[in-house]
Amino acid sequence: VSVRSRKAVGGGFALLTGAAAALVVLMLAVILLDVARGGAGRLSWEFLTAAPSEGMTAGGIFPAIYGTAVMTLVMTVAVMPVGVMTAIYLHEYAPPTSRLAAAVRVAVTNLAGVPSIVFGLFGLGFFIQFVGRGLDRVFSEPGTLRFGQPALLWASLTLAILTLPVVIVATEEALRAVPRDHRDASLALGATRSQTLARVVLPGALPGILTGAILAVARGAGEVAPILFTGVAYFLPDLPTSPFSQFMHLGYHTYVLATQSPDVEATRPLLYATVLVLLLLTFALNLVAIAIRTRTRRRAAAGH
Amino acid sequence: MKAIEAAGGAGAPRTPRAAMRRRQVREGLIEAVVTLVALTGIAAVVLIFVFVAREAIPLFTDPEIAKEVDLGRMFLPRVTRAGRPPGFIWQPVGAIPKYSMIPLLLGTLKVTIVAMAVAAPAGVAAALFTSEFAPPRLKEVLKPTIELLAGIPSVVLGFFALMVMATWLQTAFGFSFRLNAVVAGLGLALTIVPVVFTVSEDALAAVPRSYREASLALGATRWETAFRVVLPAAAPGVLAAIVLGFGRAIGETMIVLMASGNAAITSWSFGESVRTLPATIAAEMGEVVVGGAHYAVLFFIGVELFVFTFVLNGLAAWSVRRLVRRMSGAAA
Repeated sequence: VSVRSRKAVGGGFALLTGAAAALVVLMLAVILLDVARGGAGRLSWEFLTAAPSEGMTAGGIFPAIYGTAVMTLVMTVAVMPVGVMTAIYLHEYAPPTSRLAAAVRVAVTNLAGVPSIVFGLFGLGFFIQFVGRGLDRVFSEPGTLRFGQPALLWASLTLAILTLPVVIVATEEALRAVPRDHRDASLALGATRSQTLARVVLPGALPGILTGAILAVARGAGEVAPILFTGVAYFLPDLPTSPFSQFMHLGYHTYVLATQSPDVEATRPLLYATVLVLLLLTFALNLVAIAIRTRTRRRAAAGH
Repeated sequence: MKAIEAAGGAGAPRTPRAAMRRRQVREGLIEAVVTLVALTGIAAVVLIFVFVAREAIPLFTDPEIAKEVDLGRMFLPRVTRAGRPPGFIWQPVGAIPKYSMIPLLLGTLKVTIVAMAVAAPAGVAAALFTSEFAPPRLKEVLKPTIELLAGIPSVVLGFFALMVMATWLQTAFGFSFRLNAVVAGLGLALTIVPVVFTVSEDALAAVPRSYREASLALGATRWETAFRVVLPAAAPGVLAAIVLGFGRAIGETMIVLMASGNAAITSWSFGESVRTLPATIAAEMGEVVVGGAHYAVLFFIGVELFVFTFVLNGLAAWSVRRLVRRMSGAAA
């Protein structure tokens, strides 16, 4: 076989791999264009600020936006300290050969692989049936349920566990990007380990930690399966007033409009507009995270 | 802690040694707290398994539930109507509830096969292109773009599969059911491709430059180098990528829930509607009696999913370790 024909065959195959990459990007573009085209027409200030009406064939999605935002906020407050501290343990405190650190890593990897619907079952079995019912036994009138039912708090905590690996991985990468010299300089000047952490390492790692938070929010805001039985409601005219209220959610609203509408044609524009809002939200968050990460990586690469 | 702060706030430390001691105690305390919090990850995995399994246990212990369902009735063929051959039926609501897992397992398998048949080659090929052939500029754009696909919520992909892809595919292939295993599988492939791509690309990028240089110097073409040298060297990582994608495909809920048609049919035909394990949990948990047979069976499905993905993740991790060992051996 001549070199020329080998090169031609190889070029052909290389082109094929390029076509695969192009296909993936093309699918992404098709999805975005379809959603943008279908949803842009219905998107308006009123749509963003009004509640659904007339059996969800009219009105807006404000309760769903509000519910998603509050749930995500509670989730972030719960997951960030735990995630950041775990990463600090793994990268700053644990000795390189630590068995415990290895076990934590294995657990986190597995946690990231648990299907999201199993998180939903866990939320139901642990937070609602075990913790909630337990609280009811102690604090509520016999026969009434205040805590042992689906609620904003339980959904948020379920998602906090789901997003824990995202925060840990991002924070650890951020800690890795802080040059060893900075730590050594601080310690050499007499600062303790915790002072070095609080005043040198964490400020240096802040952009990366922020990336982790944003990625967690983007992930948590879009997940539907874990909240199906832990707190989300089909339709609520009022906004949630306490952590133990149920709430509406953009992703679940999308699912409801897409599969349970009595009048598909009438809800289609609303459905598209809802998807567009959800997509804009998660995309904006992801883009910001990617931008920060790229900058941090470049700086880290330059520093070493 | 309070005592320490009070002493610190009361004035200058009396002796340098006492100050040093206090500092050490505080440092030790902080380290202990950080270590304790780090155990949350381990606790979470253990608790998830324990509490999902806890709700499934009555399946084996509760005599009331045993009247309705047991392992034999979940996995073995059963005669459900006199005079008919034994079969597998999932029909949890009815006069005589039937809980055969077989249609659900088969449905999950069919959808996963379609998804992997598309996502594995596409993801690996795209990774090979990105790592071996794309000019650096293109590479820098391509990677985040494909990662962006991973950032799309699965409910949006489910919506897309349901509203758009189903219609295209029905027009193209003339399916008699609009929602079927192919539609759900291709929808699923959209979330699996970025997983396979990202992990494979990392593995390919970890192959030392010297491999490529040696191959090219011996007269191999760029394709031969990529396909016969770099790809085999990264094989454990690529395998891990495919295994991880497979695990994700089995557990994915919303896309299949929306685009599969959700009919629990025991058939090998890919053109028929299917119902998968996760979609069954999602669709039915809302209507069950807490503590009943149906409730326990749905949690049992959760245990199955947990175990499947746990095993697959273990396999992937093992494969990645092999890659790391191979690459570090090569560097030495």
